[in-house]
Formats: sequence, C-alpha cells, structure tokens
Amino acid sequence: MDYLDRLEAEAIHILREVAGQFERPALLFSGGKDSIALTRLAEKAFRPGKFPFPLVHIDTGHNFQEILDFRDELAAELGEKLLVRKVEDTIRERGLREPGGKYPSRNPLQTYTLLDVIEEFGFDACIGGARRDEEKARAKERIFSVRDEFGQWDPRRQRPELWNIYNGRIQKGENVRVFPISNWTELDVWNYIQRENISLPAIYFSHERECVVLPSGQLLGLSEHLNLDDTDEIVSRRVRFRTVGDSTCTAAVESDAATIDDIIQDLLLAKVSERGATRLDDNFSETGMEDRKRNGYF
Amino acid sequence: MGLSPAPASFFNFLKYPFSHFHIFHIQRIINMDLLRFITCGSVDDGKSTLIGRLLYDSDSVSLDVLAMLEKRRAGGDVDLALLTDGLKAEREQGITIDVAHKYFTTPRRKFIITDAPGHVQYTRNMVTGASNADLAIVLVDARQGIIEQTRRHTLLASLVGIRHFVLAVNKMDLVGYEESIFRQIVADYQLIAGRLHLPEVVAIPLSALQGDNVVRPSRHLPWYTGPSLLDHLERVPAEADANPHEPRFQVQYVIRPQTEELPDYRAYAGRIQSGRYRAGERVRILPSGLETVLEAIEVNQQEVATAEAPQSVVLRLRDDVDVSRGDSIVPLSAPPALTRELEATLCWMDERPLKAGRKLLIQHHAAVVKAAVTTLVDRTNVATFERVAADEAQLNDIVRVRLKTARPLVADTYRDNRATGAFILVEEQTGATLAAGLITATDPEAFAAPAENALAFSI
Repeated sequence: MDYLDRLEAEAIHILREVAGQFERPALLFSGGKDSIALTRLAEKAFRPGKFPFPLVHIDTGHNFQEILDFRDELAAELGEKLLVRKVEDTIRERGLREPGGKYPSRNPLQTYTLLDVIEEFGFDACIGGARRDEEKARAKERIFSVRDEFGQWDPRRQRPELWNIYNGRIQKGENVRVFPISNWTELDVWNYIQRENISLPAIYFSHERECVVLPSGQLLGLSEHLNLDDTDEIVSRRVRFRTVGDSTCTAAVESDAATIDDIIQDLLLAKVSERGATRLDDNFSETGMEDRKRNGYF
Repeated sequence: MGLSPAPASFFNFLKYPFSHFHIFHIQRIINMDLLRFITCGSVDDGKSTLIGRLLYDSDSVSLDVLAMLEKRRAGGDVDLALLTDGLKAEREQGITIDVAHKYFTTPRRKFIITDAPGHVQYTRNMVTGASNADLAIVLVDARQGIIEQTRRHTLLASLVGIRHFVLAVNKMDLVGYEESIFRQIVADYQLIAGRLHLPEVVAIPLSALQGDNVVRPSRHLPWYTGPSLLDHLERVPAEADANPHEPRFQVQYVIRPQTEELPDYRAYAGRIQSGRYRAGERVRILPSGLETVLEAIEVNQQEVATAEAPQSVVLRLRDDVDVSRGDSIVPLSAPPALTRELEATLCWMDERPLKAGRKLLIQHHAAVVKAAVTTLVDRTNVATFERVAADEAQLNDIVRVRLKTARPLVADTYRDNRATGAFILVEEQTGATLAAGLITATDPEAFAAPAENALAFSI
C-alpha cells in the first residue's frame, strides 16, 4: 500500500465508524474539493449500499453559481439525498444583522444555520472535510470532536483519542464533528483527485475572471455581493480558486494551471499556505478559526 | 538532508527563494513512506521550538505563516514554538496543552509530527499522540539532565510499543556545547533504556533555538560525528507494518442495499486489523463460533483474491450466518482468545480515581461491552519503574488491573497484536474516555500475582 492507499483506508475506516456508532449522521458538503473527495471516500466505504447519511449544504447565498450547479449534479449522479439550508433564511428567522462593509462575508453566520439544521434533523454526527494542515487550531482537533449542545468546541477538554479507536459516545444534545481526512494535506487531496479521476467544478482551474484588487494584493472575484466604490481597481486576470467558500471572502490566485497535473506542479512551488493565499476571514485575527470553532463552526 | 543546492537549471531563486521541492517528481511523493513521530519531554525542554526549527530549516513553513511570526517577534528572535502552539491559551501561557499535528515532506520521506504537551497535567494528551507514533523524540534540557518527566514519557512511549527512540539533548548552546555534559546525560538515559528494554536509542546533541544539529550539522559540536536529527529521521527504518500477525478483522458496518437489483446482497465492511485474508478460506465468526467460507473480498466493489492490513475492505460470506457490528471474522488457525476475563495495563486518564469494583464500558474498536475492574494488581512507580501495591489509580497513573466483561471479548495480548490488544475504557453515562488499555493476558492462568514491589518492567 502506498501513502495515499493508507490515507484512504484510514478515511474509509472513520466513515464506517460514523455509520456504526451514530443514529443520525450527516455529511457537511460545501461543494469544495475536500468534500467532493469525501463523497468518493463514502462511495468506497458504503457501495453497493446507499450512504447512511444525507449530504447537507449550508448555502451562504454568496456561493459561486458553478459550485451550486456542480453540487446538484453530483448529488443526482450519486443518487444520494441533498439537504440545502440557506443562511438567508436564518438571517430572517433569527433576525440577524446582514454583514456590512465592502466585502460582506456571511461566513460567520453559517454557524447559526449549521446549528439550526443539526437541531432540525437531530444530527448526532456531522462529517466534515477539514484537514489539520489547513490551520493551527484545526491542527489541534481530534478526528472525533465532541461538541456541546451549543455546538461549541472546548479545546482544553478534548477526549484522549487513542490508536484508531474512536469514541463517539455522547449525551443527549451533544454532537460529534468527524474529520475523516484530518491527516491529509492539500497536496494529498490533489494527488487523490488525480488518481481517482474525480471531477471538480471548473473554477478550480485557470480561467479569465474580473477581479477586485484588495489592499493586500489578493484578488477577489467580482460579484454582485461586493459593495465596491470608485477607488476599487478592477482587473481581468487568469486565475483559479485554491479553496472554495463564500465568494466575498475567498480570494482567487493567479494561475495558468489548466489541469490537475498543472495544479499539483503549482502547489509544489507554492510558498503561501492554502488559507493564507485565499481566505480573508482568517487574516482578520490570529485566533479567527479557534474562536469560530469554539462557537460551533464546522 | 538534501539541502545541498539542486541543479541550477531547476532553480529560480528570484521567484522561489525557498523552494527545493520542485526537484522531485510527484510520483515519488505518493510512493514515499511515512514516519510518524512524537516529541516528548518536560515543559520548557523546547519541544515546540524543536518542531518549529525542523519545519523552518527544512523550508516547510509558508510565507504567510512566516509573516505572522515576524509580526509577533517583537524585536527578539522569531518564536518558532508559535508554529505549533495553535491555541490562544497556549500562546498566552507559552506552553503546549494539547497535541498538534504537523505535516512535512523532504525529498526522502513524508512525516507526521505530533507535538505533545510536557506538563504532567496533560499526560493523557501525550499518550494520545504516542499511541499512533513510530518514533519518539525524548527531549532533555542539557542544563537539567534526566528528570521525572523524561522517565514518565519514555515509559509511556515504550508501553504503547514505540520501538525507535531519539534522545535529543537540547539547549547545548546554554552549556557551552560541552561534550562531557552530553555524555553524562546519555549514560543516565542508558539506565532507563536498559530497564525498559528499549530496542533502539540514538542520542543527538542539539540546540533547537540556534538550529545546531536539527537539520544541518553544527560547527559548534565538532566532537559529535553522528547524524543531525533530520538526517536520522529520514533514515530510520519506518515500521514495516506489513503486519506479521495472525489475520484479524472486525465488522464495522453491515452493507445491505435491499434494492431491486441487489435484494439479497449482504456484506461486512471493516478494516483488516492484522495479517492477510484470502478469498475462499474457511473462517469463523466470533464470538458466536459459527464456521463458514469467505466467499469474496471486495475493495471498491471489485473482487480481489487477497487483502491485508491495514486495508479497508468488504467481506462476503458463503452462508447466511448472523454477523453484526463488533463481531470478528478470523481464520480457523491461530484464533484469538475469546474471554470474559482480562488482565491489562491502564493509563488512567480521568480526574476521578479508579478503584476496584468500578463498572464501565470497554470499547475494543467496534465492540463495546460492559465491564468491571475486579482487581487493582499494582501501580508502576514512574521514578523507579518498580511495581508497587495500589488500591486506587489517580490521573496519569499506570496500573495493572483485572477486568471482567459482561460478554466475551475477542482479544489478543498487546504484545502479540497492537490492534486487537488495545482498548479504551469509557464512562457509560457521560461517554468520557477514562483510560487507555493494553491487554497483558487473556487467560486467567497467566494473570500475574499482585506483585510485592517487583522490579523488571515489561508489558
């Protein structure tokens, strides 16, 4: 078995533990490459049976249309159930304030929608595509991460996680976030996508796009959700997206990479981390991710 | 380490000032082997700084993260520990509370680093990290020498079966790079290594802060001719866990599509825990004892003739026998024990002490059974490694116990099989993980007599 085989075997093992230990699991599906890879792993874990969980998408309303189309096609192709819940509805129902500013991100508000959907369906385990190499707070999180009834992560009270024995026993109201590809790196995911011939939304590959140049130099794809003014510089560039999230807080990177091979070569040369290159929200605060996780984020 | 300059044609220093990764082909990365290692030792011995140094000097830190470090350096040196201390509380207090995982690749190998906390208080997090490691780096502060945490962490790492040890004598810069100090610490550690029968110890003098001997050899240590730390990590044989053990497989999940095309399909999904399975061989279901034939092995819906640990597979059986999650499917020869009585070494991880008579759950991978601790056999004194009589186990204690289970458990000793010899203890009501357990005997005949301060330590 090579390195990817081992990672794959581990992830399948974890997915099957979720199926075996929980009554109402769900797979949180963002439409990004990591959650797409998760669906391939789930096929390997459960076919010829159905997935023992629905795909759940928290739609910020600021998603790239390509991602939404891809999501619907993939779910139909898999023949699996897709549940979509919209941040917009949460904002209305809970009377939340729409984020303001030039680049209004609904990213933090996703937490509310997520907690609502967990409560609505009584999900006891939510599978996510987070990886430990993404960010320093994620590097600390267990594969089975127990959250209290408010979805909060308490990093100081994590359960010991020994060998590959995963303890998903919880009390009523608690739930577990499960990260089957915790030990994968960004490069591992791309190598897997290549090996498995997994299709991805087109925005992962180089294309011409109108972008706003941010003060940091990062490029933000032009969209109707941005509140731009005369001072903003709009340029047209060959770009691709390295991660896919809310379009108002996910920057594009300049790239000519048109194939998965090209992307892997790009990554081998890249000297800026995935989140560093693309996320506006982490750069606001050094503890951005930890704070959001403590409050129930993915 | 391949820090010697790559052929100039590959380099474009202006564009990629740090890169040496692009000189190797992607296929080589996929085929690389993997070494998982843990750093342990006491608080302030410099574990996080060492990992930071390894990442930094092997060009594994991205520019944006470097920029973040720069921002926080406040005039002094870059604080490399910030690369792994990912929690707010850790950065505020300058300590490591929980395990951090870091990933890096050199031209020779892929690494998963587990940075474990040094405080006694967080020992359970250290055991968490050690349980999945192939190698332990035991850090010692050259000014202090061997202390109790050195002994505790070495004991725990050896207990969970780590075979490769590195004694990293850190902060050599603070003792004038003095050889005699290094030699004395090595001699002291050899006593520990001998007592615990550590299979392999390599001692390396270094300074994580100054970068001596971490990635590059140091001119400050001319008397030392061995490898730098990274050199050693790249060359140490990775655990050939092409598993030599008897075949073991536990059912995680039953696949039953019940569709029109597959009305009767029924198969058992799980991971081969050890050994190799062959389609067509006779197998036994445990604990029921029913015998049948392994009709087919499927991987990704394709039938394969054989499969081995640690593959995740699907097994189909010839007969329609009753099999559910937690059951084992094993060949007829060399079966595991089927027992309701166990002797085990525990690392107790709960604030509330363990006393004989306590009822709890054993989670043995997919099998969960009620159990009671019938006897506390002894406790290991971490300072002397002696086994002493004990009537309770406190947080972080290492004790031997006997357990009785409500239903039979399919088990091996940890010495025979790391997969089927390990379990955790769980509190039924809260679900809290109470202990790591390593089975020492599955046959009451082989149980140890409660020892009167016996000496030799072995699991």
